[in-house]
Parts: sequence; structure tokens; C-alpha cells
Amino acid sequence: MQRTLIDKIWDAHVVRDLGDGWVLLHIDRILLHDLSGPGALQDVKARGLKVRNRELVIATPDHAVSSAPGRTGETFAQGARLWAGLKTLSQEAGIRLFDLGQDGQGIVHVMGPELGLVLPGTTLICGDSHTCTNGGLGALAFGVGTSESVHALATQTMRQRKPKRMRIRIDGELGHGVSAKDVILHVIGALGTAAGVEHAIEYSGSTIRSMPIEGRLTICNLSVELGAKSGLIAADDTTFEYIAGRQFAPEGAKFDAAVKHWRTLVSDDDAKFDREVAIDARTIAPTITWGTSPQHAIAIDGRIPDLASEVTSAGRESLVAALEYMGLQPGQPIAGTKIDWVFIGSCTNSRISDLRDAAAIARNRHVADNVTAWVVPGSLRVKRQAEAEGLDRVFIDAGFEWREPGCSMCVAANGERVPPGARAVSTTNRNFVGRQGPRARTHLASPAMAVAAAISGSISDVRRI
Amino acid sequence: MQAFTTVTGRAVPLMRTNIDTDVIIRIERLTAGEPSTLGTYAFEAWRYLPDGTENPDFTPNQPKYRGAPILIAGRNFGCGSSREGAVHALQGMGLRCVIAESFGDIFFGNCFQNGMLPIRLPDENIQTLVAETNVSEVPCTIDLKLLTITTPSGRTIPFTTDPQRREALLEGLDDIGLTLKYEADITKWQTQDRLARPWVWLPT
Repeated sequence: MQRTLIDKIWDAHVVRDLGDGWVLLHIDRILLHDLSGPGALQDVKARGLKVRNRELVIATPDHAVSSAPGRTGETFAQGARLWAGLKTLSQEAGIRLFDLGQDGQGIVHVMGPELGLVLPGTTLICGDSHTCTNGGLGALAFGVGTSESVHALATQTMRQRKPKRMRIRIDGELGHGVSAKDVILHVIGALGTAAGVEHAIEYSGSTIRSMPIEGRLTICNLSVELGAKSGLIAADDTTFEYIAGRQFAPEGAKFDAAVKHWRTLVSDDDAKFDREVAIDARTIAPTITWGTSPQHAIAIDGRIPDLASEVTSAGRESLVAALEYMGLQPGQPIAGTKIDWVFIGSCTNSRISDLRDAAAIARNRHVADNVTAWVVPGSLRVKRQAEAEGLDRVFIDAGFEWREPGCSMCVAANGERVPPGARAVSTTNRNFVGRQGPRARTHLASPAMAVAAAISGSISDVRRI
Repeated sequence: MQAFTTVTGRAVPLMRTNIDTDVIIRIERLTAGEPSTLGTYAFEAWRYLPDGTENPDFTPNQPKYRGAPILIAGRNFGCGSSREGAVHALQGMGLRCVIAESFGDIFFGNCFQNGMLPIRLPDENIQTLVAETNVSEVPCTIDLKLLTITTPSGRTIPFTTDPQRREALLEGLDDIGLTLKYEADITKWQTQDRLARPWVWLPT
């Protein structure tokens, strides 16, 4: 029987068949953060249960902590209780914690791969929908709710039904100014945010194969914006090179044995997928969203859709509501739209390669007078690396604020928000109503496109800068 | 967990597609840590005008839908963030059941963890239901035992739900208690895996 990569990882983790298509699935890694972690750990305790395998659980604060220079866990007062709760409860349970200011701290989906904690062929969960990011290393990673986290903490398993399998093949060379972020925004624009519902997605094709790991993490990050449970990319030499030498990665003979095993984790040639889609990467332009769903993605030289493009009444109602919220007119070009804010950061685009891309455009230029612009590195290691390369100076000299690692303005659960009515270009993952703050208007784009907007003061084509 | 058997009451339509959990409950309402007030803030960006008064154009604000236990929504309801508080916020509004063509996967799972029934229904059935509830004061009934929706006109629409999830919801069962019975299976799997994939196992 020919199997997909998803089947291979899944089948290897079945602890017990529960009938009706349900299995008890072993979970190899549980990531905890300050927003959903303390509640889950508290619940485990309140039920008189124990964290079953504390060595497989990793905690770090990112969501509800300030990113202000010199911040502590108490700088954002409303989050202080969560930060302290994660710290105390993790220490009590003997869980590895990477606290603020400590090497390793960062956005969960940035620090996990960076420390070598995320490995191919593993199953990984976190009480965060962007857990799918970690699929970029060939892990089957998915977001869960707090109740399900409690189950995983107490039993190191989850009750699951195998998702349907979808493959998105992306082939061809990327054009000038086109990054992983543009690719995945283009895919979501083409397929819609419900395309992956009930599926796990394997990304393949020559574009993916030639993409470095950080780009693959960006691709997989937005799988949940396709509605998918998970998104993953088969590990290859690029993956093994990335993992080798990282703090928690296997070493020596153990590493060699792991690589031998990881090489078997690819979809068989005749494996059947429930759905297959092919995308030609050569047609992808720098891409940006205009509306309040990630599927509202268009090429930078494109136009905002007109109402005739929606055939159903529910679809039209959503379109009208999105236009009104965003303060935009149907049929207009997106380029040239004046902006107020730029945010570079989040588990989508805050890794060192993202900051290098951004700095390359920002160098010897300056943020427009009407724009406030922030750079929030994804982890303490990313921050230190960027500083060692002088990227912080590039950003500061260009008029950006250089801040401490965390989720910051992507999740706006930390007092850091785009002001009401203001328009932002963000390298984040969600442009939902109120996502970056009440009445905030978000346009999702790549780091390079975000800098292009920051310096010109309006949505701009990075290829023309 | 609260069990779910039958629910009878008004069904309120909110026929936008891709309603995300950020719009269902804003994240800052969750960091504030007061679960009992979440119902007040459900859909706040749509439900209230900038001055804080109720938005009369938001369907659930209409007097006839106030306190309705059933929500009918456009496809891909509950997409986006994993926040379980989205379910708590809907429950705080008095909802017990959401009907849509499809749901965000994590939200769908979170409903079952909290005694809320999400029903997937084909679009044509949803259109029928909406058309009837728009013109009738008669309530709908959702029966999880019989797997039926009784519309205001008395028409019966069948629905399906996963048998194990249905059982757990009918009984108000706790998953963890059930899984702990398989402790020996988990230990056995882990013992074998430590030999097969030693690199996965981090030092304690």
C-alpha cells in the first residue's frame, strides 16, 4: 500500500485503535506559551493529574508579554499574571522553560526549530493555531485548544481522527522580489481559506525543494489560513543541514541514525491524496491582502475585486463588510493606498532571513513621516544574530523601532496594537477584523514589501524600489 | 462537561462566511481573565457601535433573536485562532449549537470539549432553515439522540455527527478519564519508541 508522508508519520504514532476511525496518537512534543499554557497546567493540577512526560514539554512566554526595550514579564500589567503562571507552573512540573531574557526565549514556533527541538517525523502540538509552522521541518504539527492540551499533558497522547490528505505542488523559479510569504498568500488567494478544512497539506515541488528552511516554515505557518489542520514538507538535505549542530538536535551516530530514518519519510510515488493542486510559481507576483481574510490576497499590481466577483449572498455580504471595514473601494488598484503603520515580526516572518530581507530594502533609506514602523525579532537568538550583523543599526537609522522578541502586534494580546482606524502593513498571518486592535486595518505582506510601504508611506511594489 | 441531548429555541442567522475566532472574541478579553463576562463581548466588533451602544443591524441584536440557543452561520465558521474562549463566549451569549456548512477544525474540536454541538449541514438545508426562521416565531429543535433538526414548519432535517463524539456529548463524558485507562498501551509504545527513535527523547 502506497502511503503519503502524512500517513507514515500518523501510522507510526498510533498507540491504540479506538474504533470508528479514532486513534490514540502519541505526541512527541508539547509547546506551551503564556497565553494558553498556564490555564492548561493549572487544569492538570486542579484535576489531580500530572504532566506525564515533562521532558517532552517546552515552555516560553511570547503572547502576552511586552516587546518594549528593557521589558520584564510585568511591563504589560495585564499579562503579568499569565507570565508568572507559566513560569511557576512550568517550574513546579519540571518543564524546560525559556524565560524572558534567557537564551532560547522567543515566539514558540521560532524558538522550537531554532533550538533543534522540532525534528522530522515527530508529532507536535501547541495551544496555538500556528503550530503548523513546525511542519516546515517535516513534523506533523497542529494547533489545539486548551482542553486538548490538558489531555496531551496528562497522557502524552491525543484522541484523533486522521485528517484527509492534500498535496500542493509548487513548481518553478520565483521572480524578483517574490518570497515564501508571497507564494503562500498567492496560494490562499487562489484556493480560499476553507480549501484545507479537515485536511493536512503536504507542500512539494521544485519551488519548495529549493527553498531554505526559514521559507518553508513561513509556507507551513499559513496552512491554518487555508483551513488545514497541519502543513508539512518532507525533510531533505536542506533540513538535515539546518538541524545539525542545534542545541537539542541529536549528535554523532544518533544523528546519522536519525537521518537514515528521516530519509524514509517521503510520500511514496503512487501515494493517493484526497486532493491535489498544482501552482506555477513563475506566475506569482509580490502579493498583499486588501481585506479581512487572508484569502483577500492580490498581486501588488492588481485591483481590489468588485462585487460581481462574489456569486453567493453570504460571500457578497462578507465582501461588502470587508470593504467597509478596510475603508476601500471595489475595483481600485491596491498600490498607492496610504498607510500609517508597519509591523515586521510574528511566527510568520521574524527569523533572521526575514530581517535580512527587510534590512536590504531599509538600508540607506528612511521611514516616511506619516508612518510608525516596528521590527520585533522572533527570538532572542534572532535578535542577537541581527545585532551581530548590524541589522539593528540599519533599522534604527532608517527610523524603525528595534524591540524585544515576542508576538507583539500580531496577536495584540500584550497592549501593542495598531490604533483604531489606522492602516498597517504587517508581515503577520491574520488580517481579521480587530486582530491587530479594535478597528485596526491590516494588510498582510512579506518583510520586503512591508519595508517598501514603510519608506514610501503607501502600499508599494518592492520591485520598483 | 455539560451534556447535550436536545435544545429547543430560536435559530439566529449570521450568514457571513469565514467568521473567525478573533471576531467571536477579542484576545484582550481573554487575557483579562474573567470568563464569566465573555458573553458580553462575543462578536463585539459587529455587535456594538463605536459609542458602545448596540448595533441594530447585527442580526442577533434583534429582539426576536435575543437569547437564541442556535446560531446558523456561513461556511468555515470558527476559523483562525485556537482560542477556546471563543466557545465560552458563544455559550455566554446563550448558544448551545452552531450550524454551518463547514467549521474551522480547532474550533470544531473545542466545541465538543465544552458541551457545544457544531452541526455540519449542506448549504441547501441551511438555506431552508434560514428561510423558515426568518418568517416564523416558532422555535427549532435539535435532537442529538435522534440526529434531527425540527424546523419551525415541522419539517425534519437529519444530520450526522461522529458516533464517539455524539456519545461523549450525550453523556457529558471526560476524554482524559477514558484515555488514562490505556496507560499500559502508552507505556509500551514509549518503551519501543525509545529504542526505535532515541533522538526524539530529550534528557529529563
